[in-house]
Order: sequence, then C-alpha cells, then structure tokens
Amino acid sequence: MWGAGAAAVAGSLYSVDVFGGNKEDFNYDRPDLKRFPTYCDVCFWKCAGWTYVDDKGTIKKIIGNDIDTHSKGRLCTRGTGGLGMHFDDDRLKTPLIRVSKKGEKSVFREASWEEAISLVASKMKDIKSKYGAESFALLKHGAIGSHLEHLFSAYGSDTVAEPAFAQCRGPRDEGLKLTFGESCGSPEATDMRDSKCLVFIGSHIGENMHNSQVQEVSEAIDKGVTIITVDPRLSTVASKSKYWLPIRPATDMALLLAWMNVIIFEDLYDAAYVAKYTTGFDELKEHVRQFTPEWAYSITDLTPKMIRDSAREMAKAAPATLIHPGRHSTWYGDDTQRTRAIGILNALLGTWGRRGGFYFNEKAKVPKYPHPEYPEPAWKAKDLNVNLLFANQGVTNEVIRASIPGEDTTHQVKAWMVAGTNLTQSVPTEKNLMMKAIEALEFLVVIDIYPVEITGYADVVLPECSYLERYDDLRNSDFRTPSIALRMPAAAPRWESKPGWWIGKQIGLKLGLGDYYKFNDYTDILDWQFKQMGTSLEEMKHIGVKNLPRTSGPLYIEDGAEHIFKTDSGKIELYSQKLKDVGLDPMPVYTAHEQPPKDYFRLNYGRAPMHTFSKTVNSPNLNDLRSENALWVNPKVGKIWNLKSGQPVWLKNQDDVVSSFPIKVRLTERIRWDSVYMVHGFGQKNPEMKRSYGKGVNDTEMITKLMVDPLMGGTGMRGNFVTILTENPKETV
Amino acid sequence: MRYVMVIDTLKCVGCSDCVVACQTENDVPTGYCRDWVTESVTGTYPEVDIELRSERCNHCDNAPCVRTCPTEASHIIEGGIVLVDRDLCIGCGACIESCPYDARYRHPDLGIVDKCTFCVHRVKKGQDPACVSVCPTNCMYFGDLDDSNSKVAQLLAERKHKVLAKEAGTSPNVYYLI
Amino acid sequence: MKEEIFISGRNIPHIDPHLAIWEFPISLYLFLGGLSAGILLFSAFTHLLNKDEELKGASKWAPLIVPFALAIGLFALIIDLGNPFYSWKLYTTIRLESPMSWGAWVLLIVTPLSILWIFSDLRKLFPKLNYTKLPFLFKVEDFCVKYKKQMALALIPLTIILGIYTGILLSAFNARPLWNNAILGPLFLVSGLSTAAATIILFAKSAHERHLFSKIDVLLIVIELGLIIHLIMGYYAGNEMQVEAVKILVGGDLTTLFFGFFVALGLLLPLVLEVFELMGFKVPVVVPAILIIVSGLIFRVLMVEAGQITRILY
Repeated sequence: MWGAGAAAVAGSLYSVDVFGGNKEDFNYDRPDLKRFPTYCDVCFWKCAGWTYVDDKGTIKKIIGNDIDTHSKGRLCTRGTGGLGMHFDDDRLKTPLIRVSKKGEKSVFREASWEEAISLVASKMKDIKSKYGAESFALLKHGAIGSHLEHLFSAYGSDTVAEPAFAQCRGPRDEGLKLTFGESCGSPEATDMRDSKCLVFIGSHIGENMHNSQVQEVSEAIDKGVTIITVDPRLSTVASKSKYWLPIRPATDMALLLAWMNVIIFEDLYDAAYVAKYTTGFDELKEHVRQFTPEWAYSITDLTPKMIRDSAREMAKAAPATLIHPGRHSTWYGDDTQRTRAIGILNALLGTWGRRGGFYFNEKAKVPKYPHPEYPEPAWKAKDLNVNLLFANQGVTNEVIRASIPGEDTTHQVKAWMVAGTNLTQSVPTEKNLMMKAIEALEFLVVIDIYPVEITGYADVVLPECSYLERYDDLRNSDFRTPSIALRMPAAAPRWESKPGWWIGKQIGLKLGLGDYYKFNDYTDILDWQFKQMGTSLEEMKHIGVKNLPRTSGPLYIEDGAEHIFKTDSGKIELYSQKLKDVGLDPMPVYTAHEQPPKDYFRLNYGRAPMHTFSKTVNSPNLNDLRSENALWVNPKVGKIWNLKSGQPVWLKNQDDVVSSFPIKVRLTERIRWDSVYMVHGFGQKNPEMKRSYGKGVNDTEMITKLMVDPLMGGTGMRGNFVTILTENPKETV
Repeated sequence: MRYVMVIDTLKCVGCSDCVVACQTENDVPTGYCRDWVTESVTGTYPEVDIELRSERCNHCDNAPCVRTCPTEASHIIEGGIVLVDRDLCIGCGACIESCPYDARYRHPDLGIVDKCTFCVHRVKKGQDPACVSVCPTNCMYFGDLDDSNSKVAQLLAERKHKVLAKEAGTSPNVYYLI
Repeated sequence: MKEEIFISGRNIPHIDPHLAIWEFPISLYLFLGGLSAGILLFSAFTHLLNKDEELKGASKWAPLIVPFALAIGLFALIIDLGNPFYSWKLYTTIRLESPMSWGAWVLLIVTPLSILWIFSDLRKLFPKLNYTKLPFLFKVEDFCVKYKKQMALALIPLTIILGIYTGILLSAFNARPLWNNAILGPLFLVSGLSTAAATIILFAKSAHERHLFSKIDVLLIVIELGLIIHLIMGYYAGNEMQVEAVKILVGGDLTTLFFGFFVALGLLLPLVLEVFELMGFKVPVVVPAILIIVSGLIFRVLMVEAGQITRILY
C-alpha cells in the first residue's frame, strides 16, 4: 500500500491533468546513518543514547538508547538537541593565554597546547612550593570533574568544591541525612511511577526536565495519581494538580508544620511505621500541637480547609505518597531544616522504603583503575567550613572567601582551576566577594567548552571538546537496578579542543605525576573496567548500555521487617539529638522571612525544560527553542505599573544593583502579585557568545543577598527583591 | 486506514522535545520548525489554568492547502497524510495562506513549501513519527483510527477530546485530550 | 484574560508573529491584473458598441499599457515564488479549486490576447511603424483586424473573470478571516474597473470622452463605496474571528491607511472632485484620476497585508 504507485486520493475530482503531472509520492526517505553510543552531558542526569552520523561524518541526530533503564530509552529536549554543542561555532577553539595585566580589559592570545599546559603546570608547581598544593582549588561541575579530581588528588590538593552543593542540593541532602541517615541521591530514589499521591513543594518538575522523573510523573498521571503542588506560581506541574496551593512566598515551613499537625492530630499517620522505625514522635507531637492550619492561614494565605484537605489526601494514599524533597533547595537559609520537615512528613506517612514513596537505589561497583596512593593533603576544602557542622564537602562560597586576603578563614587559597561552571552565573556572592577573590588570585585557569564570562578573568583558558567528541568515565547510575553506559566520540574534536581526561593527563605528566597516568588512551581504562565487570569496550560500543542485576536486596522495606537506618539511633530521627547537641533546633521551626518592601517584588527564578542553566543558551538548537528569558509579572501589577507584554525593562535590587541587560515583560496570571519570576541562565555577558549575548537578565547578578544555611552553608537565594525600571538606567545617568 | 495523532494535554509539560526531535530527524533548517508548542492561559490568579499543546500540520481530511495548491504539489496519500511533492511545488505560498494552523513555511534554501509529514518515512517502516517516539511524557500517540483496537481509537473513545479550529471545517486529524 | 504564547519560541521568517508570505509583488500583481482587466473590458465594449473612433482613449490608447502591465504583474508574481524557475509547472494541470491555478490560466490566455488586441490598431496609432522586414506581421495584423469582434466577445468574460480573480485569490482562504468574504471578488472587480476608468481619463483624447469616463468612474466609486460598507458590515455580522479581524481596519493599526488614505483620499475626494468637474467647475482632471489609481494600489497592499495579520483563533 505504501508502494511508489500509491495515487493521490484527493484533489483529483476537480483537476485536469494537462501533461500527466507527477503523482508519485515524493521520496521522503532518509539516508542510512551509523550510530555511536553516548550518554548525555547536557545535564547531570546522564541519559544514554545513540549519536547518529551520516556517511560524511556529520552528526545528524541523537536518540535515546532503548535498553537504558535509567532514561527509559528517551532523551529530553536538551538531549535531543545536544548536537548543538557540537555544532556551535562560538565555542572555544584554541588554548588562550592572557596578555593584558590584571584589572585591564582582557586580551588573550592563542597558544599551543604545549605552551598552555606548560604554563598551567609551572604555576601549579609554583603555588605548591610557595603555599602548598592545598592552596590551589578546583571548582568544577559535570563530567570533567572526575578527571580533574584525579589530577588534584595526585597533585596533593583536596580543595575541591562544586556549586551543586552549596548553591543547589546541599541542604536537601544534608537534611535527609540528618533524618534518614542517607539522602535520596541523584537521580532521586523517588518511586513516582507507583505513587498515588505526589506532593511538590516549589519543585517545578516538567520545567526542570529531570528525564526519568518527568517520565514517571507522566506514568503516574496515567494511573490516576493525585498531585498536590505548593508554589506561588502556577508551575506546569501545578496546572496538573488536584490541589494547587498558591502559597505566599517564603512561608513553606508554616505549611509543613501545619500539615504535620493535621496528620498527627487527626491520627492520619502510619502508627505502626512510626513506632517501628522512628524516634522522637512524642516530642514532635508536642512541638507541632500549636501549628494548626488556622495558625498557618495568616502566614501562608492558604485556607485551613485547603491545608486539611490536602493533608488528608496525602494520608489517604499513604504509603504510596511521595512528598518530593526537591533538588535546588537553597532558598531561605533554613533549607536543611525545611528538608527535615519534608522528611518528617514522609516518615509520618511511612513512605521511606515503601512502594510509591522512596525506594532503595543501587549503583554498580566499578573497579578503580590502579594508581599509586594519593598523597594526604595537609588540609581539605571541608576544613574551611569551620562553623558549618553539617557541610560534608567543600562549600564554594567558603573557598571564595578563603581566596580573599584578610578574610577570617583557617587557610588561604591562592589559585583556582575552574572547570565546566560559569562561576559568575552559578555562585552568587554578597558584597562582590567573587570579584574580590578573582582579583586576589595569583593564577586562574578555566576549562570550558564555551567562552563564558568566567573565561574573561582567566590567565589561561583551555578549550574542552563537546561530549559528542570524546570518551569519558563510564556512567554508573544509581537507580532501581544498576546500569552502566559508554560515552564514545561520534566525531573528532572541533578546532583544537580536547577531551577533559586528556587535559588532566597532560597537566599531570608535566607535573611529573606519570605514575598516576599509566594509560595511553582513555579507552585503556574503560576497556579494563568493562572487562572487570564482565563486558568489554568492544561489546559496549555495540550495546551502549549494560543493565546489571540488583544485588543489594529488595527495593523496599519488606512488611514489618527490621531496618537499620544509617542515623546515630538507627531510626528515622523525627527529633534530632545530633542537632540538639550542637545547640540547633532539634525539630524544624517556622521563622518569618522578610517580605518585599513597597514597590519591590520577590525575585523567584526557575528553569525552562529546554535549557540546562547557562550551559545551553548558546546552543543553536536549544537557543532556537528559547533565546531569552522573560520577566513574569501579574497583570494587575502590570496595570498599576503600566507594563505591556514584550516591553523591555531593567531590574534594580535591594542593594541598588541594576541588571546589565533589559528583560522582556510577560504579563501572566500564572504568578502572584508580590513576586516576579524568570528562568535562570540567560543574560550572557561575553559578546563572543553571539546567540545569547545580552539576551535577558542573569538572575544571579540580581542575587546579592544570601541567606546562609547555618548547618551546611547553603546560599539561600530567594530573599532578593527587585523593582522594575522602564527606562534604561545607563542612559539616564 | 486513517492516521491520526492524539496528544494528551494533561500530560504535556511543554518541553518542546518534539520540536527539536523533528528538526533533527527531518533536517529542518535552524530557525524553522514543523511542530511547535503553544501555551494557553485562562482565568485569573489563583483560579488559573494552562493548556499545553504540541501543534503541527493537522493532516486535514478536507485540506485547504490541497485545494488551493495550483500544481497538485500538496496532495493526500493513503492513510490521509498530507504531503508536499517537492518536485511540483513552485513555492507560491497559496497553501501557507490557506492553512488555519500556520503549519507550513517556505524552505529558505529550497524555495519549496515544507511542513510536518507525520514522518512518513518512519511510518512506512512501522515506526512512530519522531516527535511521538521521543516525547518524555509519552503524551503523544500515533496510529490508525480505523482500527478500533489501536491506542488512538481507544483513547478517543474513552477520553474527552477536541480538535483545533473545528469551525474552519478542515476535519483535522490531530486530536487533543483535554 | 486569555494569554496565548509559543513555548518553543517560534520565530519563522515571514510566518511569525503573523504571516507575511505575500508581500508587495503580490499586491502589485493584483493591482495590475485588475487595472488591465478593466481597461480591456472598456476597450472591448467600445469596440462592440462601434465607438472606437469616438472614444480613442478607451479603445486604442489605454490598452497599449495592458501588455506591459500584465508582463510586470506576472513578473512580480514569479519573483515572489519560492521557486521562480519552476513557475511553468503552473501549466501542468488545471485546478479549478485553486484560484492561483485558474488565474494563471486566464492570464496565459488574456496576455497574448491583449497583444493581439492592440496589434490590430497599432499602425493607426503609430503611422511610422513598418513591418516590411517582418512581413508575416502584416498577416497577423490582418488576422487581428478580421477577428477583432470575436476577440472583443472573448475578452468580456475573460476580463471579468480576471478582475474577480484578483479578489477571489484572497477570499478563497478561510484561514484569513479578513479575506474570507464573498464581497471581495466583486469589490476587487469594481475597484479594478474604477482604476481602469481613471487611467482612460488620463488617455482620453476629447473632453467628451473624459466626461463620459468621469461619469462612469463616479458610478463605479459609488458602487465601490457601497461594497465597502457591505464588506465592513459583513465582518460585523460574521463570527468572532471576523469581528476580531475587522478591528484591524476599524480602530486598529491600519485604520489610518484604510479610511484616511484609501476611503477618504482615494475614493471620497476624487468622487467629489469628479462630481465638481461634471458640474462644470474647473478641476484638473488628472488629480482625481491619479488619486484613484494610487488608492487602488494602496487598497491592494492594505488588504494583502491586513489579511495575513488576521487568523483563525483557537
């Protein structure tokens, strides 16, 4: 029926064929393509896929790997559009060495790898001899991280930090650890596909395109899940919710406490679970007695009925209820405690270790390629966190502070290697500390794919190739069952760019650390590892993904079975003695946070599903989908302020910081009148990022007040207020 | 045989994966697209709702583009898929003007008019169109409406649905579950 | 409040934010098509009524510009195509449902016919012309003179079709609510006739002829105004989309152009001037004629652009 002779069935009635026009179907067939396995590097989710290449060697498309349990065979928008990173002509092309002096306008010259690597290595030796290797810090994000961590460990520095902790997940992970003894990991071990009730608190799933999670929420919707969303903005998932609680910003803790109150005092909690697996219930009950829905009403703007109904709905579906702990949780400085509150609610409903709640994830055991012992550094990044008792890893802001002479820190940092993260956009600081630190550094080397803003401050810039052009560590994903995946190049690196492992190795060799680099090519390591795991590089090139059996026991706590939690008490700690012992609140309390002053709006920010922070905004494919962010403003505010959709405006925050660029207004009923919202990642400052330069506003620039979490140093960013300027402030000055 | 697409607006998150998947599958030039996502907001805060729709050529039974095409380049093949024969198209634009969905565009390099083909090259091989096969929310379905056992037929039998611009009388074949 | 946005940033050239696929060349094509149709129609009638000598402007002089007008119009159409070199494919099929198709065919017939039409009188107008080097042209001339009446009879329906076609090309698209109005065909025909009458006034060789065509033009303008009222009323009586669409002409972005330049300066003012002239006041007759011709072009530019801004709402 699809044969070449299939005739047109319509349009023939009134047509007279004069010269017997061509009625054959146009041949829409596509050429055959070759494919290479990869796993995505556009975000941290690491979904496995295939890169398809035509006979000229041009990358044509990237499609999910069907057998990948981790991504269920589907890539998200960014993964499908990942080829833009390969094709983007704005990428860094050669190593660059600064020729201008510090403080002057940056001028770079192109350099050979040999020269650039030699310079980096000599500076590393220099710093080591003058101050100790520990004074050279590594600030990193993404796949290149492990290659450089290996380099730094061999070199003798463990002064390593990533924005993923103190600017993102840190409070959540530490809060869950304090409660359950472990975090939910990444990808989160949330059993959403079987949830009957899903609760999202400020977590805008679907706008954050966490692939398998989005897929599981969708599957749950098919099965009739009830969704409850707490968000001052009608997020995408809020629109799919039975209960949308349009909360007054910054008052989430009051709602969480009121929910506990309802669940406990209406006897809706899982009494058997609470009795068997938790400790401190009686203290908690007394603690939340006062936090009635009526009490919360005046704080949150949510009616007592709404609070009660939603709590009952959660309890009805329990234990297949998941109160999602979110991911980016650095909001108001009491974020670890807020996550504790979320954890406690989950515990009351008995969802941890239960189908439809949290499962126990497992990752494969990947043998480490042999190398000599690392030297023990005299101090580590963690040691900078003097007052942050629950920061179990390096905190970016502490490293930045330690880089400024005269700041009260235990140790000094003198040089940075920054890799895969545009610090000026990923780490907000108060009082311009970032710039002060950068100015004080003796040496700054930046490794990136793009000429992002931070490269402009570097002494040496090294161009990494895109993930479609390199081998990397095998992917070892934490999921219901373990699975490993291979990333291999589908095309040669463009220009002079090089893989991260290669850059690490070359610096290592120049530093005389050859013993740590006893391999020629990264494939040597991969093949060795794969063979230890019962496969081989050759096989992995054909299958891309290998799913492994679970060996760590059941996914859930079996009915009534003993379970030792990894806390001090071995139980879920509703009441935390650990916190009490150091003088902190053993149970979460509500603290009123500042609300915006007159004529100011709370600056909320979030994500768009087609972008990963600032990493993708210049990618031709993804920029094509969204090239700038917009400022969401309630139409009532728009009327008072005489704003129109599409109108460019500038922002000024409480510290009189004015946005570098204008942002277009979007008048929408989706947002409250007391806050504005924008997608994070836009407002690129380097003109060499041609597609994205000057498009929209960088929210990080407007975040100059941080509400630091006293437990772990998370930088709460949602206490910043902005006002709207309709005239270009630079022109009126 | 009647190919239809059914899109569940209650699951769609507007991620636009369908858009970029189509662009890479079909060599759509940068800056152009054969499918796109629309967000429709109704109501007043906090009584507000949104509908997200992945839109494309509706492969209408009564296709105005086929009617107004002066060269028979726009035509309907078995299964109801509306195609543009690239060898016949002169790029006059009449079909673009006639489409109530603005689903067609003039190809910047080829001069011909281009649009969604329901990925006919994939459908021939028994695969779903690229947009359907990639959707992370599984909110899109493709199949034969004449086959009552097909998922699309079952969904339309069970769920409330609508088509776009019904009043244009085009008998579209892309359905939205609402 | 209803807010409708593209999530995936559609910004296709000539499609977003609204269609602009058809631009000035199409407007010019429609204008020249209507003008040519009108001139040929008047010319054919004068011939059939044996007024060739009495109305030389209409019968002989004005038609001289028609082949050029049609050639420019066709050229404009072709350069507006995405694939100009494939334009011959228009003539591989006749698609009655497609105005573009039958319009192309009508033009294919009318254009050579218009050349033959003026050829019959060419040597009378330009006595110095001599075909001695191309003697077959004498035979062609003989043929044209011999069959002039038949040509006139053929031209009448063909030019009416051509005149209406310039409107139907637009009104056939129900996706563009502003165009989708049955009055558009007759309106474009009348407007074409009116611009033709104005052109003939410019070519008129006697006061008698000038007056006659002034009268005809006054009548046509009155009809055109009636049709415009009908058009606007039709939108208001239409569905939501048409009501929405007419806002662009009434109280919208193009109101000044439509009412100010087209209706007031292009129809009412020349109407008044021509009436004055007919009443015996001294009015330079070129002024209303040129106003009418220019406004005819403005009208088509306006309708082509405005129509593409309007769309079916869903």
